[in-house]
Amino acid sequence: MDLNVTVNDERRALPAGTTVSDLLALLDLRVDLVAVERNGEIVPKARHAETPLREGDRLEVVTFVGGG
Amino acid sequence: MDATDRYSRQILYPEIGPDGQRRLGAARVAVVGLGALGCPAAALLARAGVGRLDVVDRDLVERSNLQRQTLYTDADAAAGRPKAEAAARALSEANPDVEIVPHLRDLSAADADAVLDGADAIVDGTDNFDVRFLLNDWAVKHDVPWVYAAAVGASGLTMPVIPGRTACLRCLFEEPPPAGSAETCDTAGVLGPVTTVVGALAALETLKLLAGREDAVRRGLLQLDLWHNDLRPVAVEGPREGCPCCGRREFPFLARGRGGTASSLCGRDAVSVRPAGDGAFDLAATRDRLQRAYRVVDVGSILRFDVDGLRVTLFADGRAIVHGTTDEARARAVYARTVGS
Repeated sequence: MDLNVTVNDERRALPAGTTVSDLLALLDLRVDLVAVERNGEIVPKARHAETPLREGDRLEVVTFVGGG
Repeated sequence: MDATDRYSRQILYPEIGPDGQRRLGAARVAVVGLGALGCPAAALLARAGVGRLDVVDRDLVERSNLQRQTLYTDADAAAGRPKAEAAARALSEANPDVEIVPHLRDLSAADADAVLDGADAIVDGTDNFDVRFLLNDWAVKHDVPWVYAAAVGASGLTMPVIPGRTACLRCLFEEPPPAGSAETCDTAGVLGPVTTVVGALAALETLKLLAGREDAVRRGLLQLDLWHNDLRPVAVEGPREGCPCCGRREFPFLARGRGGTASSLCGRDAVSVRPAGDGAFDLAATRDRLQRAYRVVDVGSILRFDVDGLRVTLFADGRAIVHGTTDEARARAVYARTVGS
């Protein structure tokens, strides 16, 4: 069954069991360049692989910017 | 209040008022990095009547800066003036009542205390991750608020950090990304209005802090992609539990030598630059990015390209030799904005 989540204000249906790591892979994002916020809390990188997404989760994936 | 007073319009705004203005006049701010973010931020803070501004930069003004680095003139670029010196002059002309202290240096763990001690707030105008992690460690350790600001292309990211009360940079981004992994303004380009917006946002949060209005300071990140009209606040609740910096109070970026090293090569007109950290360096990906802006000669395990009269030789482990200068700060600056650090 699909899992409905919101990523950066966009609704997405993902396979059940999708973790934060899976989501980053799906979005083709490098883990060392992003911060992931799930329902208002930062998910530390060490927990990406063990954090499954849940129905209705709101995620923000922020890409680190270094220029200026 | 006299309506002809320099600060009258700002004092009329009730959230600042005469009391806020007095606080601004007694405050001291360090603007670290005087590129496209630091220029507008420093200009707005000087015009707003901050008591003292310390302006810090390691680089020289170049022609390719002028499209967006609004404190500098064509003559500054032609003369190759140090940015800190050219900025100090422009800022003093804009507001002679502000004490402007230029620092022509490459901020490192070794001299952070000398430059930042006494600051009431720090504004990030830098162009690389290394210095930002140094600023974050220093600011949290000494309980001084700082405002992270960054931009590339038409995108920007900014977040005020009030140590102990808001998330710090390491609550979000635990480690600096490996050298060469992120876009830089030299490889992806950057638009002047975008850097000016981000620099102005950083100046605004700083004004709130200095005016004693911490209650009004934005909590969390603001993400912008102004070409695509996308402004997205990312609310972040206070400090992250277990954060190595503001939680466990570990400050590895204040250890000397941590921010990468640059050493002048004896007897040669060249400097060796070694990036910080031990992240895997990806020479092929770095080449692809550099090729958008420079003619890159690829000699198998080595890349070579020319920038601003200097020749850079880049090795597979991320180390580079910058030929044509013995100035270590300049070599590090060129590395940061081309390869990225």
